[in-house]
Amino acid sequence: MIEVKNVNKTFNGFEALQDVSLKVEKGDVVAILGPSGSGKTTLLRCINFLERADSGTLDFDGEVYDMHSISKKDISRIRRKTAFVFQNYNLFLNRTVIQNVTEGLIIARKMPKEQAEQIAIRALEKVGMADRLNSYPSQLSGGQQQRVAIARALAVDPEIIYFDEPTSALDPELIGEVLNVMRDLANEGMTMLVVTHEMNFARNVSSKVIFMENGKVIESADSKSFFENPKEERTRSFIQSIMSARD
Amino acid sequence: MSERVIGILADSFMKILMAGIRVTIPLSILSFFFALIISVIVAIIQYADIKGLKQLCRFYIWIIRGTPLLVQLYLVFYGLPSVGIVLPAFPAAVLCFSINEGAYMAESMRAALEAVPKGQLEAGYCVGMSYWQIMRRIILPQAFRTAFPSLSNSFISMVKSTSMASTITVSEMIRQTQIINGRVYQSLALYLEVGFIYLLFCTVLTWLQGIGEKKLNEYGGAR
Repeated sequence: MIEVKNVNKTFNGFEALQDVSLKVEKGDVVAILGPSGSGKTTLLRCINFLERADSGTLDFDGEVYDMHSISKKDISRIRRKTAFVFQNYNLFLNRTVIQNVTEGLIIARKMPKEQAEQIAIRALEKVGMADRLNSYPSQLSGGQQQRVAIARALAVDPEIIYFDEPTSALDPELIGEVLNVMRDLANEGMTMLVVTHEMNFARNVSSKVIFMENGKVIESADSKSFFENPKEERTRSFIQSIMSARD
Repeated sequence: MSERVIGILADSFMKILMAGIRVTIPLSILSFFFALIISVIVAIIQYADIKGLKQLCRFYIWIIRGTPLLVQLYLVFYGLPSVGIVLPAFPAAVLCFSINEGAYMAESMRAALEAVPKGQLEAGYCVGMSYWQIMRRIILPQAFRTAFPSLSNSFISMVKSTSMASTITVSEMIRQTQIINGRVYQSLALYLEVGFIYLLFCTVLTWLQGIGEKKLNEYGGAR
């Protein structure tokens, strides 16, 4: 479904990504783990062109694009098949819950309002927010805002959803409601690429794990063998430190 | 206060008020309208970082904020005719006030644009919207809300600045007062009176600003 090859990105001489490659098949839930500053978020942002990579290629549904010189037209073509969930939700603050979801459908995809609203309500029902259609983002908790953001992502019927640390800005007791929604999506077969610090999610929900450090992919494996049988020494110590911090 | 003065005040009140309604208010509204257009364009050019034009905008703001409004009025009304550009007093005043206040309002608008959380732009891109669609529907409405108090400030200040149009023969309230005062020599009473009428206008505007802010707060509340 998507395959990224040899992505490089430098910020003012700092090598944020070095020759990063990854592959996501249809129906995969891929978790990207790693310490802060390892380039996880940058990678995700480069894949959706919120950040322009210095080099690298993206194969999306069999069409190969140069990630540095891709045209605006191709970017918007790819974005039509993807959705992005941000760490800080980034809901449109001057729009209600339902308008947040319909905005992209009506404005970008020229869908009739009524059809868009039906889709929006269905998406909001899925994340348990259909009872707050006319609330503004400022009237919602962080967890509720993030669920609306997920509904906004679902509404465009994407082939893949990118999640950038979707629970990192949330209070501990609100993390569960967002993770539950993501788990449901995974069970329904949604293709997801998730940058996260949630070990339980990576272990129990995701099918594959990619471990990054210092802008490089250290290890990439299916979840089970990643957690039970890590190959790299660095991966082992990472998993160990996370697990012991938990006890 | 003598009966004569009271009589003069009563006679002049309607005349000055009519000058206010016929000239000061249209002059203020027209100038504010154009200033608003200028300020939005200038602010967006800077926000969107449009090369070349951005420098031009900074230059415009620098020149306009760095020179007195009175000089700008004199240049347009008394200066331009010598190079063949003759503008009637009222349009000349509208031109000067719009360009002048536009420079200040552009800075308010720019600050308000920059105060809108940037992530919404990215979120807009990710649902397939274009830059201008996001600007028009998401960023600008929020910026307007943030800028509303300082735009109101500009409007109120502009109402009073229009008094300077009297120096280029626009027959607004001050000029009307001067004409009356030329006949009756009651500076203290008459200028108190015209000051009071300005206060009246601005009181109404302050009240409208309060209503406007309440309306804007209905959606969204505190952020």
